[in-house]
Amino acid sequence: MQGRSWFRIVSLVIGFAFLYIPIVSLIVYSFNASKLVTVWGGFSTKWYGALLQNEQILNAAWLSLRVAAISATLAVVLGTLAGMVLARFGPFKGRTLFSGLTTAPLVMPEVITGLSLLLLFVTMEQLIGWPRGRGMTTIIISHVTFTMAFVTVLVQSRLVQMDESLEEAALDLGARPWKVFFLITLPIIFPALLSGWLLAFTLSLDDLVIASFVAGPGSTTLPMVIFSKVRLGVSPDINALATILVTVVAIGVAVAGVMMTRQQKARDRDAQMALAANQQMIESLKKD
Amino acid sequence: MRWLARRLPSGRTLVTSVPYLWLLVFFLIPFVIVLKISFSEAAIAMPPYQPLLHWASDKLLQVHLNLGNFAFLVEDNLYWRSYLNSIFVAGVSTLLCLLIGYPMAYAMARSSPSTRNILLLLAVLPFFTSFLLRVYAWIGLLKNNGLVNNALMALGLIDQPIQMLQTDFAVYIGMVYSYLPFMILPLYANLEKLDLTLLEAAADLGCRPWQAFMKVTLPLSLPGVIAGCLLVFIPAVGEFVIPSLLGDPGMLMIGKVLWTEFFNNRDWPVASAVAIALLLFLVLPIMYLDRAQSRANEDGEHN
Repeated sequence: MQGRSWFRIVSLVIGFAFLYIPIVSLIVYSFNASKLVTVWGGFSTKWYGALLQNEQILNAAWLSLRVAAISATLAVVLGTLAGMVLARFGPFKGRTLFSGLTTAPLVMPEVITGLSLLLLFVTMEQLIGWPRGRGMTTIIISHVTFTMAFVTVLVQSRLVQMDESLEEAALDLGARPWKVFFLITLPIIFPALLSGWLLAFTLSLDDLVIASFVAGPGSTTLPMVIFSKVRLGVSPDINALATILVTVVAIGVAVAGVMMTRQQKARDRDAQMALAANQQMIESLKKD
Repeated sequence: MRWLARRLPSGRTLVTSVPYLWLLVFFLIPFVIVLKISFSEAAIAMPPYQPLLHWASDKLLQVHLNLGNFAFLVEDNLYWRSYLNSIFVAGVSTLLCLLIGYPMAYAMARSSPSTRNILLLLAVLPFFTSFLLRVYAWIGLLKNNGLVNNALMALGLIDQPIQMLQTDFAVYIGMVYSYLPFMILPLYANLEKLDLTLLEAAADLGCRPWQAFMKVTLPLSLPGVIAGCLLVFIPAVGEFVIPSLLGDPGMLMIGKVLWTEFFNNRDWPVASAVAIALLLFLVLPIMYLDRAQSRANEDGEHN
């Protein structure tokens, strides 16, 4: 047993070191005074100052943040509906195709998704005149399409684990289906929606390939700027940008994680109390 | 009034049709258009291809089907080699992810419940940080005067920096690094559910731990292995960012070829034909993954 737990710890340490050393190195070198990114020239925050002066990066970041917020919100709405359909509606005509359509965007190589969406937008513009040109709208539509698949998976697996008897009880007591959804289902699956939103937001903020295909000449997203700079080699202000993004995301995920754990505990307790009360009621009815 | 209620779509139909329509319009129909354009001819125009259908006169509708793009793919061995090389690179990356991810997922599933949640968060966190920036981080680590070479030289293991950036080695590092969480998560979900009494039974019957692993744990975790491998392999075949940032500029990967045809050569029909050929290769694995996931969800319902 001793030998095996040793093996486990080693594999965890090596694995996580592999995952985190590159991120840590980015953060460390963002505070490097030297322009030669890998030669340490003392502590400095000058690259952060340079970043705040770079209008191209700031504009691109503002566009990317707006696109990410809007597409994540839409993706959560559509993904929740799709997850409900797959987890609760049982078999229906066209279900196999629907299920395939929600899985495929998860793994579809981005070059294919990007090219096909661009060709769709070009064709649509020829046929119905909308969307006119390409820009923020086309990027948002594309991002909703590929990120909603991730929300669907999260919501579906949460619904499958959830105890259906609570929803059934509410229906038995005469609540309309939409009321059951908003009062019972939605609060219970809320943590899944939150992590779905965060994931969709980061995926959208991060997407280079699809945005490159569907963006117009006037709309350059943050990853497109980063990619064109990075292609020429490492640059310290990109390290600073990376550090800001990583920190914001880490804080967001940590806060969401704590909130979710707390809520989960409270909900589990409520659900258990509700079920216990239900049980008591049935017992007392039986006695009468 | 009842007939009216029957004619109106029910709530269920409405809830189903909104995401369904979205996916049909923005995911399925685009592929039909890609297929259509892969049969058209390139032209100097905007959009840069010629229509398939053409009214020759009032009553005569001509269809131009140009098979040239696909003939081009078959004849030019650049495309063949790119496809084969992409499949090879994706396959090796998948195998490496499995070799690193399985022990990690196993160790996570066997830790105490409180550590387990922290480890799971640590494994998921890279998902939430920029993929592009994480690939970029490896440039700083792998380049000739980068961290890895400097460390090896300081330790006296090498006298001269090893060329790592712009090699296949760097691409494998980037692939494994980016796709590892996709391997760990389904494996962990599977291994966590493993009934430990089965292992006790195996031990009681005289199995050594290693034998018990080979005969009980590994076969039972096969669905997780398959799901993880597909989640890594399918997107890796068409990967563009990692080979273009870390790999040799001449490295043949089909994602890069498609990108070049589209952005540099502005040949939309050939780019479409490349996409269709790649899609045909990936349809079966994607369908298999969908079936595996539905089955996993059904199992979840029984628990």
